[in-house]
Amino acid sequence: MPPATSFTRRRFLSSTGLLVLIASVPGARAAEHSGTLPWKPFAALPPDPLPGGRWYVLTPDEARTVEAIVDRLIPADELSIGGREAGCASFIDRQLAGSYGSSERLYMQGPFTAGLPTQGYQGAETPTGRYRDGLAALNKHTRATLGGKAFFELAAAEQDQVLKDFEAGKVDYKPAAGFFNLVLQNTMEGFFADPIYGGNKDMAGWKFIGFPGARYDYRDYITAHNKPFPLPPLSIAGRPEWKTGDK
Amino acid sequence: MARKLPRKDVVIVGLGWTGSILAHELTDAGLDVVAIERGPWRDTATDFNVAYAPDELRYAVRKDLFLQPAQEAMTMRNSTAQTALPMRDYGSFLPGTGVGGAGTHWNGHTWRFFPSDFALKTHLTGRYGEERLSGLQIQDWGVSYDELESAFDRFEYLCGISGKAGNLNGTIQQGGNPFEGPRKREYPLPPMQMTYAPTLFAEAARSRGLHPFPTPSANLSGAYVNPLGIAMGQCTACGFCERFGCANYSKASAHTTILPVLMRKSNFEARTECEVLKIKLAADGKTASGVTYTDVNGATFEQPADLVLLNAYSLFNVRLMLLSGIGKPYDPSSGEGVVGRNYCYQTNASAQVFFEGRSMNPFIAAGALGQTVDDYNGDSFDHGALNFVGGAGINCIPTNGRPIQYRPVPPGTPRWGSAWKKATKQYYNNTLAFSSQGSSYATRGNYLDLDPTYKDRFGRPLLRVTFDFPDNDIRMSNWVSDRMKEIADAFGGKQVVVGRQQKGWSSVPYQSTHNTGGAIMGTDPKTSAVNRHLQSWDVPNVFVVGACAFPQNAGKNPTGPVGALAYWAADSIRNHYLKNPGKLVEA
Ligand SMILES: Cc1cc2nc3c(=O)[nH]c(=O)nc-3n(C[C@H](O)[C@H](O)[C@H](O)COP(=O)(O)OP(=O)(O)OC[C@H]3O[C@@H](n4cnc5c(N)ncnc54)[C@H](O)[C@@H]3O)c2cc1C
Ligand code: SF4
Repeated sequence: MPPATSFTRRRFLSSTGLLVLIASVPGARAAEHSGTLPWKPFAALPPDPLPGGRWYVLTPDEARTVEAIVDRLIPADELSIGGREAGCASFIDRQLAGSYGSSERLYMQGPFTAGLPTQGYQGAETPTGRYRDGLAALNKHTRATLGGKAFFELAAAEQDQVLKDFEAGKVDYKPAAGFFNLVLQNTMEGFFADPIYGGNKDMAGWKFIGFPGARYDYRDYITAHNKPFPLPPLSIAGRPEWKTGDK
Repeated sequence: MARKLPRKDVVIVGLGWTGSILAHELTDAGLDVVAIERGPWRDTATDFNVAYAPDELRYAVRKDLFLQPAQEAMTMRNSTAQTALPMRDYGSFLPGTGVGGAGTHWNGHTWRFFPSDFALKTHLTGRYGEERLSGLQIQDWGVSYDELESAFDRFEYLCGISGKAGNLNGTIQQGGNPFEGPRKREYPLPPMQMTYAPTLFAEAARSRGLHPFPTPSANLSGAYVNPLGIAMGQCTACGFCERFGCANYSKASAHTTILPVLMRKSNFEARTECEVLKIKLAADGKTASGVTYTDVNGATFEQPADLVLLNAYSLFNVRLMLLSGIGKPYDPSSGEGVVGRNYCYQTNASAQVFFEGRSMNPFIAAGALGQTVDDYNGDSFDHGALNFVGGAGINCIPTNGRPIQYRPVPPGTPRWGSAWKKATKQYYNNTLAFSSQGSSYATRGNYLDLDPTYKDRFGRPLLRVTFDFPDNDIRMSNWVSDRMKEIADAFGGKQVVVGRQQKGWSSVPYQSTHNTGGAIMGTDPKTSAVNRHLQSWDVPNVFVVGACAFPQNAGKNPTGPVGALAYWAADSIRNHYLKNPGKLVEA
């Protein structure tokens, strides 16, 4: 178990940035606020996405496998670019590198017992562990059943069939369906989350369905019923054409 | 050893909605008040920056503002025959943490319950006879709607609720909810402007002879200055509302309505990132002497106080009572004991209408912007020929088009691949959804207690939730689903899908953070944990405020009544308890 506050680094920082205090109680340590609104300029914490251009958690083979999977889950077609080009694999890698990948914020004390479906995921594995395990199982499965080939070496139709078998749990790997659901969920996150997290390249996921993104004021359009919304999407980081120089 | 701090008049556990209201009222009465809050400081300027507030991944999916299970989890099971296991991640409901509590990231639907809800047992037995309630543990609140009217009014004016009255002093008003109890004056602000979906919904409902009205909303329809002199702005329908803090000062929460005044008072102090572990009882066990808490570094402190107020959210109020030995724990096998009794939830179902060629623009939305139909809620309709009691509000309140979580497609659509893409593109802008939010009535087997196996990070037992949807509530909800089908068919859409609630409450998908009961109010100490003033029957200098006081839940969101109860308890303390500290009601 990490100490009480390590999983809330963000919050811990924000509070130590305030009055860390205490005149009346020598020795007491907490943020104590009285007589004033404890506000400091620029105290708000922006998101802290990881820079791209490298893999943080996935090995090169795992990365190639994830890229192949996300490109089948969201194939490139006339509607949009595919999951690989949109950066879904790199999004997943960066999520695994953060508190999500290590289940830092979850309740991870034992005993671990298989539960009922109403009780949710009860495994002791973190998302990072589940990827490591599941990707190995996927490649083991294809090597054993499809001519010694790794998943990313297969043709698209074969890949689709393997993914369907995992989704349905029809393979020799017990957590197959749970693993598939995890990857599917994270892929959709990568395709539709703000591009600052490494996926949704050029807001492709948002353009695909017509979501205007990080806009914060629709007052002029509330009563424009049944009219297409006219403005292009916007990311937290703005729009590509607003940028000067390199990204 | 806990280090003993100088005594205070009042210690408040939790600085969310109710803690802030009580702190404000009691400091106004001249008391020296300290609030101990386990989460961090938060306010609009510090934490809800308009530039990056619209971040679905961070706030809605990774749940940045919520209580994290690593800090406190709970266990769940559907019945005593099962072994409860921890909710390793919160899903079904999402408790808050930090200054402002769950009110930071709520939607803002702000209701009064019906007058009949407060005297439910008396009302239903009078109308349908006693057998109708067999299998249910329905009770009266011990306080009436009329007694609470001014407290509801104060909460609504504090918040700047946008709405249309349906019943002013007994006269039914055009355009409001004709089924509501009489209110003394209009809402502080007019209703919000309606987006497309709720407008269509109101037309469809009206065509079926129903009475739609604008949902009373804590997302403000215009600029407002509340009675404390705090100014708020107009909601921009940004669609990043529930699960998010509002960066526009447009959603009523403790931050936008109370804290700017409270924090400037010299007789108030907030200690954040300090978790209360226990209410300390005096040697005789009959009064509380204060609380013990731990700070971020694990140092423990004892804060002595004359009055202890539990404002930690319904579920945590109950857990703290159980951990501290306040009141007798409820035992479902004997039906005896009171703490943990009558835990209730909400019984919901959804409906979708798939169109072609529309621009629903689901991203233009707010937490509580929509229309409601109450014709099938509470006892607005005659249950004489029906086999259930209770009812549901039917709500068309599209809250967002955030695409990680909102991508409606008709059933049978593949979850990935080209066919998934085609359907997603087609229906994102062409779907209208509405839903029923139903009452949840108490049964003997649904309750809260301490888990025998799983512990928190201090080694104390987690709260255990034993809950499943009662048969009465399933019958109610399915009947309302049939009514939703009638409304949905009136749209003339391409396809209609109406859900039906089933047994087997699951802790995984989000349903509502409307957990009620467990420390209920009433007139008999054998069947309630607190009296009509929310004062513990057993330890009279402890007051317990929150939805844990509801003897059963109504087909409406809880915070209107929760806010009203906070004012009600504050008045009881100011006008009665302080004059004569001790039991306000003799058992
Ligand atoms: C996503 C979401 C949407 C919602 N939408 C609506 C809606 O539309 N309408 C509606 O009526 N209601 C809604 N609610 C519910 C509403 O938020 C709650 O009813 C309301 O906030 C309850 O107020 P409270 O004061 O009882 O608890 P809270 O506001 O949650 O405050 C409790 C505080 O106590 C603190 N605390 C807990 N334990 C301890 C401890 N041991 N030591 C110190 N501090 C502690 C917590 O950190 C928290 O800050 C919603 C809730 C959520 C999560
Ligand atoms: S929808 Fe309105 S109230 Fe909600 S966060 Fe956006 S601006 Fe604030």
